[in-house]
Amino acid sequence: MNLSMRWLKEFVELDEMPMRTFTEAVTMSGSKVEGWEVEGSEINNVVVGKVLSLERHPDSDHLWITKIDVGSGEPLQIVTGAQNLKVGDVVPVALNNSTLPGGKKIKKGKLRGVESNGMLCSLGELGLTKHDFPYAIEDGIFVLQEDCKLGQPICEALGFNDTKVEFEITSNRPDCFSVIGLAREVAATFDKPLKLHKPIVKGGHGSCKDMLDVKVEATDLCSVYSARVVKNVRVKPSPRWMRERLRAMGVRPINNIVDITNYVMLEYGQPMHSFDLRFIKDNKIRVRRAKDGESITTLDGVERKLTTKNLVIADSEKPIAIAGVMGGEYSGIMDDTTTIVFESACFDGASVRTTARDLGMRTDASSRYEKGLDPNNCLPALERACELVELLDAGDVMDDYMIDRHYDSERRKIYLDVDWINRFLDIHLTADEMKTILKKLDCEFEGNLILVPTFRPDLEHKADIAEEIARFYGYNKIPGTPLPGGAQGKYSDWQKFKRTINDTMLALGASEIMTYSFISPKYYDKIRMPADSPLRKSITISNPLGEDTSIMRTTALPSMMEVLARNYNNRNEAVCLFELASEYIPTTEDKLPEEKNTLIVGMYGNQADFFTAKGMAEQLLEKLSVSGYEIEASSDEYSYHPGRCAVLTLDGERLGVIGEIHPKTAENYGIAERVYCFTLDVDLMFRHAKAEKTYIPLPKFPAVTRDLALLCNEDIPVLKLEKIIAKAAGSLLEKIRLFDVYQGEQIETGKKSVAFSLVLRSSDNTLTEEHTASVMKKIMKELEKAGISLRS
Amino acid sequence: MKEKLEAIREQAIRELAEAKGQQVLENLRIKYLGKKGELTSILKQMGSLSPEERPKIGQLANDVRAFIEQDLVKRAAELKEEELNRRLQKEKIDVTMPGTRHELGSKHPLSIELDAIKEIFIGMGFEIVEGPEVEYDYYNFEALNIPKNHPARDTQDTFYITDNILLRTQTSPVQVRVMEKQKPPIRIISPGRVYRSDAVDATHSPLFHQIEGLVVDKGITFADLKGTLETFVKRMYGEDSVIRFRPHHFPFTEPSAEVDVQCFNCHGEGCRLCKGEGWIEILGCGMVHPKVLSNCGIDPEVYSGFALGMGLERVVMRKYNIDDLRLFYENDIRFLKQF
Repeated sequence: MNLSMRWLKEFVELDEMPMRTFTEAVTMSGSKVEGWEVEGSEINNVVVGKVLSLERHPDSDHLWITKIDVGSGEPLQIVTGAQNLKVGDVVPVALNNSTLPGGKKIKKGKLRGVESNGMLCSLGELGLTKHDFPYAIEDGIFVLQEDCKLGQPICEALGFNDTKVEFEITSNRPDCFSVIGLAREVAATFDKPLKLHKPIVKGGHGSCKDMLDVKVEATDLCSVYSARVVKNVRVKPSPRWMRERLRAMGVRPINNIVDITNYVMLEYGQPMHSFDLRFIKDNKIRVRRAKDGESITTLDGVERKLTTKNLVIADSEKPIAIAGVMGGEYSGIMDDTTTIVFESACFDGASVRTTARDLGMRTDASSRYEKGLDPNNCLPALERACELVELLDAGDVMDDYMIDRHYDSERRKIYLDVDWINRFLDIHLTADEMKTILKKLDCEFEGNLILVPTFRPDLEHKADIAEEIARFYGYNKIPGTPLPGGAQGKYSDWQKFKRTINDTMLALGASEIMTYSFISPKYYDKIRMPADSPLRKSITISNPLGEDTSIMRTTALPSMMEVLARNYNNRNEAVCLFELASEYIPTTEDKLPEEKNTLIVGMYGNQADFFTAKGMAEQLLEKLSVSGYEIEASSDEYSYHPGRCAVLTLDGERLGVIGEIHPKTAENYGIAERVYCFTLDVDLMFRHAKAEKTYIPLPKFPAVTRDLALLCNEDIPVLKLEKIIAKAAGSLLEKIRLFDVYQGEQIETGKKSVAFSLVLRSSDNTLTEEHTASVMKKIMKELEKAGISLRS
Repeated sequence: MKEKLEAIREQAIRELAEAKGQQVLENLRIKYLGKKGELTSILKQMGSLSPEERPKIGQLANDVRAFIEQDLVKRAAELKEEELNRRLQKEKIDVTMPGTRHELGSKHPLSIELDAIKEIFIGMGFEIVEGPEVEYDYYNFEALNIPKNHPARDTQDTFYITDNILLRTQTSPVQVRVMEKQKPPIRIISPGRVYRSDAVDATHSPLFHQIEGLVVDKGITFADLKGTLETFVKRMYGEDSVIRFRPHHFPFTEPSAEVDVQCFNCHGEGCRLCKGEGWIEILGCGMVHPKVLSNCGIDPEVYSGFALGMGLERVVMRKYNIDDLRLFYENDIRFLKQF
């Protein structure tokens, strides 16, 4: 919301102060200033001048050499290309070293060999349009018709003496979307009286009571509708003072009637509309819900289909305006308009909001209505518009007005609970001090009962009153105290568990990533998910920004692949990344999905291979004290290499997958390298993690190391050998380490040699040679049962 | 004999001083002190001495022996030192060559700052609570005093799943869930992902992180809110941070405020960083609206409380001078490795 300081000062007399002081003070009382701008501040060293002579440039068929009197005695020679000048014209002259809007700098120079000491300016060059000065032409020099002196700064001559302040208005304060509303806040801030003006309409052109029949049918959506007729309308540009104010508030001047409706909207915050009486069939105005199938062509020329959800202003047969949003195409003011009806009404905010949103047409009016307007403001605004019509001689205002009211004009009452407010804010004000603040905001009192003004629907509860007190007492005068009572802050076990995962992954050299939790359904194809996979059933966003972010992922793999691909495309040689990601698994239609926590790790580059990935997973599980999981080769994981993938299970539940990404998956992401990933179910790990660690005494007796080189069929997994050895060795086996797997010349085809190093130790005594030999013999016996022999 | 002993001593001193290397030294030890050494052979002749002379020469011979032994030890140490010095000299390396590096993972910058914020609040006695991101409209809006068609819904353009289920636009629903379950005192923060339908650009993202806090107890005042946030801001931005509380509006708090910290760059003068205002807005807060307390089954006549909320991305962007929010979700390793 822009505010003209000149307009504001009509309602509050402010002491002289720097703008910074003003903006700070109103910001701190709750009307936040986003910025401010002195009109014409971009214009420098541009003055009023008069054309003394005009002659053709000797070397050009379109340039003119002018002599300009800028009041300095010595005429200036300026060359111009404009064709609309004649001797005696008064024009804006940008002198040598002047600046114009947009940062344009003017310096003296030569044009085709003729000296030019500045530039004559057009409307556009001064940052203006024809709407600001309707008598001027846009294509040529701005010939001034203003009352001004030669040499006078152009800003002064054109009335650029206003300052525009931009406010951020919060949604609870629709009253502040107006000059008067902001003036009330400013007056309270600086403790000055608010000077309100009561509109006076002379009328005297006959009653309009019989000319129009106004009736609100949808009384739930329109609390008041008022209207008044103006005849013999004289459409013309508004006077300069009105155009200047509209301009300062960021509104384009159009003609006197439109300008009056805008002026009143800005001043009172009450949207106004004017209808041409000729187009109101049977002179009947009905405020009703649209009928299904009805449509209206709005002022912007677009045909809009309406439904019963939309409130309209209709005549006896059709809608002529969408209530609070926009008028119909014939409702506008035309050259031959003679009689108009001013509308000032209060429509239901929620209804206007829904209509504006559904029709995709938010307007100045609708954005005001949707925040909730004061029904008591309609009539004063209507009066003000008619007063302005008379002031501008824009038509003959007829006597009387039509009004259909459907609201309770009782003011809300709130008890002023002085003790509670003092305690709540930790301040010490008396009832009178509080009342003084509230009275500045137009609250009245019946004893300690506050009568809330109807333009403040946001004041409902004593907490709302506390805020008003705090705002004008000063938020920053309230002390800051430490929280009373002791409390223990801590991480929960679950939060600690997640932190351990993060810390461990970082220590293992993986970097943490964060990805969007919504993806495109096409990403399931990219990771080669079968069409019938249950994971394809995802939570779908009904109003997504685009397909790429339209469903909530049921698997974090596509997100990881995207990031790996981006790094690959950015030519990052090697990466190892992880994310503690959420996956969203739908449950039933009207219930929230299950939000699963998954650890996903992905890598490519020189260090990456299957066993690096597996080692990381194993070390993490060890760190988290998750044991007893099973690991098995799997060729069924669609995203992974069928020969390089393992599935982990824990207690019959799927714990995770480790594998090389299928070359086709990698290709779908444009990665021409081997990619490795693993996932682990964090919720499952948490359920199985042993929270407590117990100390195991350090060994008292020495260990014995034995190497074992075995020969077996090549398809026997190493894990099977390890399991046989571990079972046979029992509790004496402290550690088993694979140190060689060999296939080649010295080995029979179809066989492989596998070598382990075993560490054996007893907790009760030093192992003797005989004991060790018997254990090794037992191990071999068990191995031989499975067809595994010692390599000779 | 006495002269001989003296001569041996002199000769030993000379030879030891010239000895190079441990082997030469060993040879000298054998030469003088060995079984067939010079000193031994002299001692063997002791029998030919008179009983008066014998103890004197014996004493002298022992002195010479002790002297040579001592000298041998000393010389050996010297030689060892020389040898070590030679080795050290030879082992000299170019210490300006690069160090061998181990691959360390990098924490995401958002995580780093989120953890820092959590630590500060834990230090003030807060617990951390998490909740669902896909949430009921009731928890995200209605319980928070934002009924359907409330204009405040406009400022939080929402992704809907169904009419009643949406992607949470704030982490406040977690607070409602806590208040429903737990009787005061409550002192929590709820960090997490939130969603708003903003198209992606340098300063907008449809997904971002919020941290919200909630305190409910008997007798909690606006001054408590101020005190808590002043402490937070000083821990987060330094003890000399200057802050101000500016009136604002949120539907779920009353009174509401935004907290500004004086611009780190210009100290209030106004510069490009603070868009000329001299202040930078860092969080929103306020006293919990009595309607919100009642909605959650807490009697506003008995209890009061305050709530606060801030966006994590903006905190991190300011801290590291990051100008493009997209970098957080692109996860280029060259970006991640900087933190």
